[in-house]
Amino acid sequence: MTITLEPAIHGDRVSLLRVLGPAHVWALGVGIVLVGEFTGWNFSADKGGALAALIVCWIVGLLYTSVAMIDSEVTSTVAAAGGQYAQAKHIVGPLMAFNVALFLVFAYTMLEVSDAILLGDTIVAKAGVDGLTHNSFIAATIVVLAWLNYRGVLMTLNVNFVITAIAYISIVILFFSVSPWTQGAVLKLNELVTPGNALPYGWIGVIAAFQFGIWYYLGIEGTTQAAEEVRSPARSLPYGTMAGMITLLIAAAMTWYVCASLMPWEYLGITYYPLWDAGKLTGSPLLENLLFVATLLAALASANGCINDAARAWFSLGRDRYLPSWFSAVHPRYRTPYRSILFLLPIALAFAFIADLNQAITFSILSGVLQYTFMSINIMMFRKKWPLGTIRRGYTHPFHPLPAIVLFCLCVVTFFAIFLGFGSQLIAMTIFYFLISVWFHFYRYKFVRRGDQFTMPWPKPQGY
Amino acid sequence: MPRYTPPEQSKAGQIFDIAVVVVAIFVALWLPLKMGLAGAAKSIDALDAKTWEALGQNPTMAAIWEKLGYTPETAHDVIQNRFHYVIDWPTLIIMAAVLIGYFVFLFRASDREYRDVINEKFDDK
Repeated sequence: MTITLEPAIHGDRVSLLRVLGPAHVWALGVGIVLVGEFTGWNFSADKGGALAALIVCWIVGLLYTSVAMIDSEVTSTVAAAGGQYAQAKHIVGPLMAFNVALFLVFAYTMLEVSDAILLGDTIVAKAGVDGLTHNSFIAATIVVLAWLNYRGVLMTLNVNFVITAIAYISIVILFFSVSPWTQGAVLKLNELVTPGNALPYGWIGVIAAFQFGIWYYLGIEGTTQAAEEVRSPARSLPYGTMAGMITLLIAAAMTWYVCASLMPWEYLGITYYPLWDAGKLTGSPLLENLLFVATLLAALASANGCINDAARAWFSLGRDRYLPSWFSAVHPRYRTPYRSILFLLPIALAFAFIADLNQAITFSILSGVLQYTFMSINIMMFRKKWPLGTIRRGYTHPFHPLPAIVLFCLCVVTFFAIFLGFGSQLIAMTIFYFLISVWFHFYRYKFVRRGDQFTMPWPKPQGY
Repeated sequence: MPRYTPPEQSKAGQIFDIAVVVVAIFVALWLPLKMGLAGAAKSIDALDAKTWEALGQNPTMAAIWEKLGYTPETAHDVIQNRFHYVIDWPTLIIMAAVLIGYFVFLFRASDREYRDVINEKFDDK
């Protein structure tokens, strides 16, 4: 079933353009996430050992498969810029929508910061020049990508499609270059992951590893941010998101296998460049250089997609007057949310200079997990308020409510994992979200037009 | 139900609200960094004998460390820098209470606002 929506018109304002197809949705989702294979996932080996990193790769893959299934159903039905924000607005209420948009902005802006730091550090490490710092590379990355986003979404995601595809192919080339079907020649998994060191912290380490296991896939749900700019949301969003998830599961498995077979878990757990290091350890200059370039491209693609998504979430807050409506302006020529893009630019720059890589990653993960917790409850409410058959859904996910229950349980485990090492940050961020929610509910909400928050042509929700 | 007409916000008010949000973002993200609360709880379990064997590395692992430019001395702080997973129950309970309290407030307050939205939207028809 395909629903083609009319261009989104909001009053007399200039609207976003519907120019994207499933490939762009794939590029947006995988582009944001693929950098997780090039750095970040490996910190789960630090928290629990190499085997823990593999276990969480698959279990967190289950979490994200649930996210993708749930997201595809809700977003193919609530197709509006802001993705999960628009879902929350129609299903739970304005305050939840406000929080979800902040989750999105924080998760993506901090992911963008992580990408820029990775890119800067990778160039500095490759150059090997004394005194060279990553600052100029970080600033150039963030500014140039913001400019690209300012100029138009189609060009932005076309660029993302190409560089994401190159980065992905590099992982496949590395995998087949090391003769994965034989052990001992290049890969030495049996000697590096032994019964004595596979789980150095035991099962508590496996749970702790969930925190960075999230990084294998964090951001795939960003596909929904393009809901208002795809030509056929009901078709493109489920296809693009599910194809992206399959792509990432394959990439994550290949990445773990090659990296765990080439370096000791203690080193794997702390390196910023596991795939580039894997390329080096094969002894092939071609693979080393290929993985170096791919690391840069993956970081660029991710930062590019993050700017796109964070700006759209911020734009949506302005359009609904949850934040000053100044942010809701669309560029008259490029049709992009240019003020939101420009506003978030200095925030990203500031944190790129004051946070280090795993702190920025943790900030991003925290907001992501809060959002997934919301999604597990949101789908339950969606099915309860509008049971199957009462509204037209672009896609209906199977096995409900199993994916929602799995997602909720895995979120609880991940909160506990974050507590094991980063508990203070989790408490600080939750207090921030609570205080800003109080500010919204008791002050900012008075500027919101009540009835305008519900724009879908649906019947009244059951129970209201 | 009469349609709610929100007040118009002045430019100064808009700027003030933007400032509140920006300050809140920086406080939430920057303060834990400044106070040293951010980052993993790891510490080095020092060893007297700094050899590959003492560090638990077999010949294959040792060869890779050396290929990466490490000696047993320089690898010591990497290998022995470990997490110490001790469940601090009071902190865990505080964290759980903060999270549950936050979500309860979020859903209850959202529901009150949602009822305004639904009443106005559907009473207009």
